[in-house]
Amino acid sequence: MKAIAPVTAKTLVYYAFALTVLVFAFVLREPAFFSVENLLNIVRQTAPIVIMAIGLNFALSAGLLDLSMGAVVALTGLVAATLLPHYDVAIAVLASLTLGALIGALNGYLTVRLAIPSLIVTLGSLMFLSGLVRQTFGLASTPILNHSFLVLFGSGSLLGVPTLLWWVVGIALSVFCVFNSLQLGRHLLASGANISVANAVGINTDKIRIMAMSLSGLCAALAGLLYAGRMQSARYTMGESELMTVIAAVAIGGSSIFGGQVNIWGTVLGVWLIGMLNNGLILAGLSSNAQWMAKGLILIGAVGITVKARKQ
Amino acid sequence: MIRTALDQVALKVVNLHKHFSASAVLQGVDFTANRGEVIALLGENGAGKSTLVNCIAGKLQPTQGQIQIQGDTQLIASPSDAQAAGIAVVYQDLALINTLTVVENLFLNNEIKHRNVILNRLGWLDKAAMLKRGSKLLQRLTSVTLDLHAAVSSLSVGEQQIVALIRAVNVGADIIVMDEPTAALGNEQCNHVTDLIRLLSSQGVTILLVSHNLVQVKALCDRAVVLFQGQSVADVSVSDYTEVELLSFMNGVTPDVDSVTVAS
Repeated sequence: MKAIAPVTAKTLVYYAFALTVLVFAFVLREPAFFSVENLLNIVRQTAPIVIMAIGLNFALSAGLLDLSMGAVVALTGLVAATLLPHYDVAIAVLASLTLGALIGALNGYLTVRLAIPSLIVTLGSLMFLSGLVRQTFGLASTPILNHSFLVLFGSGSLLGVPTLLWWVVGIALSVFCVFNSLQLGRHLLASGANISVANAVGINTDKIRIMAMSLSGLCAALAGLLYAGRMQSARYTMGESELMTVIAAVAIGGSSIFGGQVNIWGTVLGVWLIGMLNNGLILAGLSSNAQWMAKGLILIGAVGITVKARKQ
Repeated sequence: MIRTALDQVALKVVNLHKHFSASAVLQGVDFTANRGEVIALLGENGAGKSTLVNCIAGKLQPTQGQIQIQGDTQLIASPSDAQAAGIAVVYQDLALINTLTVVENLFLNNEIKHRNVILNRLGWLDKAAMLKRGSKLLQRLTSVTLDLHAAVSSLSVGEQQIVALIRAVNVGADIIVMDEPTAALGNEQCNHVTDLIRLLSSQGVTILLVSHNLVQVKALCDRAVVLFQGQSVADVSVSDYTEVELLSFMNGVTPDVDSVTVAS
């Protein structure tokens, strides 16, 4: 029995993932589900969500939340789509990423300076930015025709692997290194776990928290680019409905929504798990309403187990 | 060894006042701590001990007065200033990050970074070097065996105190302020902590001990500074007084003893 790791906050997502695959294999009896094409399709569809979820880990690590991600995704995607016909790809991409990072930094600054909970600050900026996006770009979608942008952020592939998967693996690996090997990661986690101690040891927790929100915004911006690249256009709805999925995936993945603990690979698997569920439930013939209900139950169950495991 | 070390002043607090809007919590605190001394900071609840500790720690700014470190007047405007001045405070319950491991706590905000220039700039950690130095420190300073990879939350309170003290030494503190270090400890754990305090003091570390445990104060400390209503009312050699007499200082009464030396 010793070879099998106990179900804890950290390992839960791996069991859930394996269980879902098994259930689909035996219950669904749908060979189409396990085709390479379908699995790659899930990976492509979920790529922007994975990047958002990884970004949310920055905020969570420092004990904060970032609800504005949903609107930042749409805003940065639309900014890129609007700039692309007139400017070089590099400029459009840099402008989007910078904008995302700045919005995040502003969220962080307001949270720290005004001492308003980040939940409220980012709920406010979510509302503000959603309105701003509709006001500025309208309700129609903005098409993207720039070939190199689409290859880089959408349909391209390298060595037979879709670029979207490269982005997911690359960002997950980088962020994993931040938390595993960099001083920044330690200080983020320390600030999120116990801000008084972090302050007492001389960590500049204001700076760290602003940086956490900024990195979260940067990831949302990258997610916006990937969304736009995959859809070959940008629209105000992008990312909006994904916020719930992102929070659910991060919680199932084993990151603590109370701060101080993150699990990057768990987050990736958490998003893929929900993506697999969506896809498998569609193949099983369930309506989207039933899918939402299934996801809700799974979220509560998974986080319930996580919290219990953490208490022991 | 201790004798010669004692001649150096490590920390000197001069006429320290701290007023909060309506009330004056500190109204003239003076005392001197020499290198390698273990000094008890005594006083009833509300006497101003925590405020004094917070001023020394850089969490509060005194309204008036000075804090001198190794003879120099220092403005300790923040906890990092305190750390830079060689002061570490081990608070009763918020000394460590529970979710991080022992070694991560020992080096928190004092991490050893990779030697490679580029990785160093990135803040890439040299985990092997930290493990090596951490395990050497533990071996040198305590007989308690601690797993450097264990999460602090899995340790006993006494073990956490030891980690917090060794952390303070590791960040280069030569003045350590401890807030009720052994209040929540069992006997054996308590002994391990006091062993460590004695060892550190013999190596020239100055220790300021906020404690209510007068038996322990008698056993461990060289001197006691007593606060009463925001003033330092006594600065005495612990061996000259009984616990009852120390207690009467804390109540603002000078015990009826011939050889009393009362400050201010």
